[in-house]
Amino acid sequence: MKKPEIRTDWYRAHSTAMLYGLSIGHQASTRQPNMNMFFFILRRLGIALPTLFIIVTASFFLMHSAPGGPFDAEANLEPEVLENVIAAYNLDKPLLTQYWLYLRSAARGDFGPSLVYKDFTATELIAVGLPVSIKLGLTAMLVALLLGGICGIVAALRKNRLIDHLVMALAMTGIALPTFVIAPILSLVFGLYLRLLPIAGWNDGAPANMVLPVIALALPQIAIIARLMRGGMLEVMNSQFVRTARAKGLNESRVVIHHVLKSAVIPLIGYLGPAVAGIMTGSLIVEMIFNLPGVGQYFVQGALNRDYPLVMGIVIIYASSIILLNLLADFVYGLLDPRVRRSYG
Amino acid sequence: MRTVVNCKNLNVRFRTDDSLLPAVSDLSFSLNAGECLGVVGESGSGKSQTFLAMLGLLADNGAATGSVTFHHQELLHAPRKTLDTLRGNKLAMVFQDSLSALTPTMRIGDQLAEVLVRHKGLSKAQARSKVLAMLEIVSIPDADHRYNSYPFEMSGGMRQRVMIALAMLCSPEVLIADEPTTALDVTVQAQVLRLLDGLKRHTDTSIVLITHDLAVVAGLCDRIMIMYAGRAVEFGSVRQIFENPKHPYTMGLLRSVPGMASDPDIDLPAIPGQPPNLEDLPDGCSFAARCAYAMERCTVERPELYRMNNNRQSACHLEDIS
Repeated sequence: MKKPEIRTDWYRAHSTAMLYGLSIGHQASTRQPNMNMFFFILRRLGIALPTLFIIVTASFFLMHSAPGGPFDAEANLEPEVLENVIAAYNLDKPLLTQYWLYLRSAARGDFGPSLVYKDFTATELIAVGLPVSIKLGLTAMLVALLLGGICGIVAALRKNRLIDHLVMALAMTGIALPTFVIAPILSLVFGLYLRLLPIAGWNDGAPANMVLPVIALALPQIAIIARLMRGGMLEVMNSQFVRTARAKGLNESRVVIHHVLKSAVIPLIGYLGPAVAGIMTGSLIVEMIFNLPGVGQYFVQGALNRDYPLVMGIVIIYASSIILLNLLADFVYGLLDPRVRRSYG
Repeated sequence: MRTVVNCKNLNVRFRTDDSLLPAVSDLSFSLNAGECLGVVGESGSGKSQTFLAMLGLLADNGAATGSVTFHHQELLHAPRKTLDTLRGNKLAMVFQDSLSALTPTMRIGDQLAEVLVRHKGLSKAQARSKVLAMLEIVSIPDADHRYNSYPFEMSGGMRQRVMIALAMLCSPEVLIADEPTTALDVTVQAQVLRLLDGLKRHTDTSIVLITHDLAVVAGLCDRIMIMYAGRAVEFGSVRQIFENPKHPYTMGLLRSVPGMASDPDIDLPAIPGQPPNLEDLPDGCSFAARCAYAMERCTVERPELYRMNNNRQSACHLEDIS
């Protein structure tokens, strides 16, 4: 009897789509665009808001349960003055009241005044740092996707040859080495010893200043993306439709570009959300090491100084962008896989 | 008659972790212009691998030796460029499982059109109109709309007809249909077979029909090759095979075909036992263990293909005696 064939290549996309509550109709009608897309967005937003709420709540109580307060570093402060300051920021009220007050103002989009950077609101500080972090993060993300993708494709096409082993060995190293090790080494080697690039500093985002931070940030992602891409490629290259494409007399580059790539990047899409999260958290460390004026700096300083509103504001911004980008990743699924697309309109 | 494909001493081996699997052994046959050759055997008899080897489409761990020529041009180990000019153009293949054999992320029409762009040098617009015409020929309703469908949006029968359209686009000299009707329900099977029959009648294309279904072969083919455990065991015309099978395996196959008149209360006679493990083939005849006529000689000496009158061949020691 014929062995039942397990089409592993589609299982992954399928199961991921199912996870997000999509149904993949095998005989979906092609004629009538339906309202599924609308409900899909609605459903995802319905999950996103409670998620954000839980994150905010957890961060709030974790922050406040850490010992110390925002004004401990201020030496020689008169006790009466300190009391007044604490009262001014409502820090003398019960924690639950503070929580309620914070939620109320945050819901209006007001993250409150920074407790350490006087005369600035948390929103203002984030607005100063965010462009730097976004530029850094986006560049790192693009570099990671491009380099990781290319490395993975090349490794898959030269499977078990020298270049494949080389790429995979490098990828293993990239995954194993944490950013806080890579970043100082890069700075040391290329900045201090070889004097090719600036050791640190932002310099208004000059390309030379961005090279090392971007590499440090992208390296672990390049490694993971290369491995995912290679795996996706190898899986698809063995599928029957690739045999059909070859049987049509297409040359290998056309087979790869038109018939393999689209399916092969699907495992990668599921990783986009985690990759963005990885780059965002990585940038906290990278911004500190390279002394870049991004949100990460403020976050670390804010956390050390117990600048509650600043840290909470950054947490909310980071959490919502990760949630949003995960949503985006699901739409990219739809772009690549017609089965997912047709299932939500 | 003009020979189009000539296969001589073809061997196909698959490297597995601990052994070399002989999928096809010492196979020789020829295919004439305009004829329909039925290749019959059970799963694992090497019928598909024979033709995949011919098109250079074996899996990575497979290797072919021997010779397969197309108009005296050697196909085995031909450079990829040579193969690419023939595949999809002069030599086309219809694959079995149309859902996994079509690219899931590409519109049906584009998958067809790229063949014409590749081989006939047509522009995209020219290719589109030819593809639409071909979709009409294989009776795809509403071809204009179906052009933009994805494979998963079509029924199995429709997809299989698309596969056949794909193979027919460049009017190939040889069309290999690998189990084109398996997994289709009976009425759809009939549609697909009618399509192949039309192709046979109206064009000069030679058709190879790979199947395990003797009924399918009976209606369509001129000659039949029966394969067992990687070897051809019997050759003959459809009439010869059905009226006077020579090889005991063929006899067994014919007996196990249910007919309209079969008594549902009586079990169909089946060939006892299982096909041999390819990793551990016996020295003698591969079929001996299941054969009602097996003699001592059969277990020690492998029967060669004995040639008989009327182009018949059978790999059985019985022919040596008679």
